[in-house]
Amino acid sequence: MIELEDAAYGYGTEPLLSEIGLRLAPGSFHFLTGPSGAGKTTFLRLCYADLLPTGGSVRLFEQEAKAMSRDDIAKARQRIGVVHQDCQFLDHLPVAENIALPLTVSGRKTGQEAANLEELIGWVGLRARADALPPELSGGERQRAALARAVIMDPDVILADEPTGNVDWEMSLRLLTLLVELNKMGKTVLIATHDLALIRAAKAQVSARVLRIGGGRIHLAGADL
Amino acid sequence: MNVVSRFLRFVQGDSQADRVVPPTGYSARLTVFTAGAMAFLAVFAMALSLAADRLADRWSDALARTSTIRISAPLAELEAQTWAVLTVLEQTSGVDSARALTDDEQRALLEPWFGPDLPVADLPIPRLVEVVETAEGYDAEGLRQRLAAEAPGAVLDDHTRWRRPLVEAANGLRLLGWVAIALILASTAAMITLAAGSALAANQGVIKVLRLVGARDNYIARAFVRRFTLRALSGAAAGTVAGMIAVALLPRAGDEQAFLTGLGFSGLHWLWPLTVPVLAAVTAFWATRIAAFRTLGGLR
Ligand SMILES: Nc1ncnc2c1ncn2[C@@H]1O[C@H](COP(=O)(O)OP(=O)(O)OP(=O)(O)O)[C@@H](O)[C@H]1O
Ligand SMILES: [Mg+2]
Repeated sequence: MIELEDAAYGYGTEPLLSEIGLRLAPGSFHFLTGPSGAGKTTFLRLCYADLLPTGGSVRLFEQEAKAMSRDDIAKARQRIGVVHQDCQFLDHLPVAENIALPLTVSGRKTGQEAANLEELIGWVGLRARADALPPELSGGERQRAALARAVIMDPDVILADEPTGNVDWEMSLRLLTLLVELNKMGKTVLIATHDLALIRAAKAQVSARVLRIGGGRIHLAGADL
Repeated sequence: MNVVSRFLRFVQGDSQADRVVPPTGYSARLTVFTAGAMAFLAVFAMALSLAADRLADRWSDALARTSTIRISAPLAELEAQTWAVLTVLEQTSGVDSARALTDDEQRALLEPWFGPDLPVADLPIPRLVEVVETAEGYDAEGLRQRLAAEAPGAVLDDHTRWRRPLVEAANGLRLLGWVAIALILASTAAMITLAAGSALAANQGVIKVLRLVGARDNYIARAFVRRFTLRALSGAAAGTVAGMIAVALLPRAGDEQAFLTGLGFSGLHWLWPLTVPVLAAVTAFWATRIAAFRTLGGLR
């Protein structure tokens, strides 16, 4: 699905990440932890070609990211659901349309998809807020909407950046359950999070690998997680 | 057919796709207004060009084909000199036909100045001989010399002296009209490029979200291109109609030679201004498309 080989990235001249090697195999479940500012978001952006590596290689669906055209990248992103840390929406469109946006832009908005959309909005508990505009949502509601938007296309890979940062524990577990369900359907899932309790809860449900970013490298975390 | 149906599909558009870019009332109205004003000017420039074109045609036609010989002599010699002139003309190559104007014709020419009852035959006014050339034309200098020898009172007025500068002026005016149209088109393109550029810049956040969820550049560009094309088309259509009405309302006089009263469209030329909205739309389409792809190419 997504492979990084000796990948490096730096915003300026200083490298932030280096010697990153990781393979997100189909159907795998990963957590990514690390202190704030360690580069979790940066790593995820490399994974959906929002950033190109300054060294080494990143491959999306067997394609070298650096060699992909803009249309190739757009096509790859239709197979990758991303939950952004600072969930970005189109503020002039209601929540339901924002959640359906990936379908809209890929021209796949059919009757069946509309039914799925209804169900999904119910799943993330936003039925009552479906006609609200994104700026009117609470932080947690925004995160749930972002997650719904990330999975609406039935993507092969789901990359979630702090998807439970602003929601209560009960909602965190519900969102986690949704991601685990999707993983059991064969999707590749990677969640960046600080929430160690969430990681422990997940380990009871699914065999997940936990990665830790620190000092610009990625390590497999110890068995204590 | 294919082009037409593609155009219609483009105009109808994907209402869903159109909504992804927020509406921008103010810049939209400015674009419509500017396109309208430009179209109005373009219609005038076109009227100017076409009128100058007609004028140049008529004048250069007359210039090429006819000239006049004026014979001023005492009444007693007038008849003899007129015969002499006609004889010379008959022997001149390049002259298709020549004839002396009758008294009635001369009276008609002078009537505007002296009234209908002028006793032409009794007055020492010059006699006029109208010369029609063949396509090759005659040698004006040679003819002048022979006339001087045969009929000293005859003066060849080959119209060239006063008509050539007029034809040149008309040609210049016509060119100026087309240059003005080209400039109007170019500034429309520049204006739309600016407006589209600012719309794209104002919607950077929207574009980023669209890219994030997998929208292709073409999809994003289309939302902008469609808007600006339709705005330019509707603005230019209104401006063109206004321009055509204004041209139609200009006072017309029967005298086809006069420039000011001849400004306007005649016959099928009325179809010409209809190309203005189409040109405006095509210009807007490409200006926006180029601006959009340039902006999108600079983003990730
Ligand atoms: N666009 C940018 N330009 C320059 N520096 C940046 C940019 N984005 C992030 N950085 C820096 O890179 C480092 C890593 O940022 P990143 O967002 O990847 O961290 P993170 O692990 O996601 O942190 P958090 O847990 O707080 O979200 C930080 O020091 C940040 O200041
Ligand atoms: Mg982050």
